Amino acid sequence: MSAATAPGGAATGGAATGGAATGGAATGGAATGGAATGGAATGGAATGGATTEQGPTGAELLAAEDLHRAFGPTPALVGASLAVRAGEVVAVMGPSGSGKSTLLHCLAGIVRPDSGRVIYRGSDLSAMSDRERSALRRGQFGFVFQFGQLVPELTCLENVALPLRLARVARREAERRATDWLGRLEVAEVAGKRPGEVSGGQGQRVAVARALVTVPRVVFADEPTGALDSLNGERVMRLLTGAARETGAAVVLVTHEARVAAYSDREVVVRDGRTRNLERAA
Amino acid sequence: MSIGQTILGLLEASPRHGYDLKRAYDERFGHARPLHFGQVYATLSRLLRNGLVEVDSVEAGEGPERKRYAITEAGVTDVQRWLSQPEKPESYLHSTLYTKVVLALLTGRSATDLLDTQRAEHLRLMRELTQRKTDGDLADQLICDHALFHLEADLRWLELTAARLDELTATVQR
Repeated sequence: MSAATAPGGAATGGAATGGAATGGAATGGAATGGAATGGAATGGAATGGATTEQGPTGAELLAAEDLHRAFGPTPALVGASLAVRAGEVVAVMGPSGSGKSTLLHCLAGIVRPDSGRVIYRGSDLSAMSDRERSALRRGQFGFVFQFGQLVPELTCLENVALPLRLARVARREAERRATDWLGRLEVAEVAGKRPGEVSGGQGQRVAVARALVTVPRVVFADEPTGALDSLNGERVMRLLTGAARETGAAVVLVTHEARVAAYSDREVVVRDGRTRNLERAA
Repeated sequence: MSIGQTILGLLEASPRHGYDLKRAYDERFGHARPLHFGQVYATLSRLLRNGLVEVDSVEAGEGPERKRYAITEAGVTDVQRWLSQPEKPESYLHSTLYTKVVLALLTGRSATDLLDTQRAEHLRLMRELTQRKTDGDLADQLICDHALFHLEADLRWLELTAARLDELTATVQR
């Protein structure tokens, strides 16, 4: 399970979308990438003026329509659709290899579908340039993965402040907001430590703080508790969904654990690359 | 759950009046099903008869007199025996769900739909319990977690069965 859902790499297969995946998965990628973080990198850039503001909850924010995507001869998605409303937490469940991580990567603009569309606030992601998509991921989306998302050379505080620094927020202000988020995620005490010096549960809460520090509209979480024991996993879920609800962010949560999915508002099951919406019976 | 032994356990912790006993029970264990006064007094009189509790003191008041109950040595032994005995693990081998799945297959109905409908219902309850857990205290959390782990086990069975439906169909229709 863990290998199949490792951030970016496993699903993207590297070549075609490697760069984008890193940029999206961990903002650290963008930091080292350099080039991608041009002037357009500021948070709001991607939203431009083209789309209208959606209400805080209830309005459709992000939608995948009939997505198909294959990796070589292997089809990962064969007609997957999903709509996410502003402020809701949607769990995407399914067996290993069912295509749920690929669906998440398509929704987040990390992977381009072979056919079908991903619409974010009225704009088609495939019609955007790489630069626009990068800016969207940095400014509007937050990411939490199972492993390896923090930059080991930076302190936890610097890790959380990083997305803000990339969006050209002044260091002092970025660190002030990062400190606030570390407190909200109940890990204020690890601010000065490096990721290697903190526990798995603490590290994951730092990662959640980093995903939320830009106050994104959508948080993509791919098996965020996959490497944690039950107690730490529950704590991460409680804090992640609590903070997302407070800020009005939607959460797309990929998980194979029902107890984790139970923190969502509804679930979608992916089987053999197709989505199955179970809402009707709920 | 054995109400008698639970009441005995509460009395071992401290002697109480019938009313306090009901309140303590409801607060700790009666989330979904609070005790009726009738149940409390019927249980207490049975425990009295069996020598497991005794009346510790009687207060005369304006209304009916208030008896305070305390556990006896025999009662403590009973609680001890109950707590030291493991509960029989349920096997669920002949669960209703299994019967339904097989019947669906036998009658040409969609077992996938049946499993998905059940899955959605399980998750709905899991969400409810998770919400209660998030809003509740430690006792709520532990009680809900117990239910959640059981529901999760059911769900894993639903998933596994969904993945093995072709196999099961072949077996059932043989």
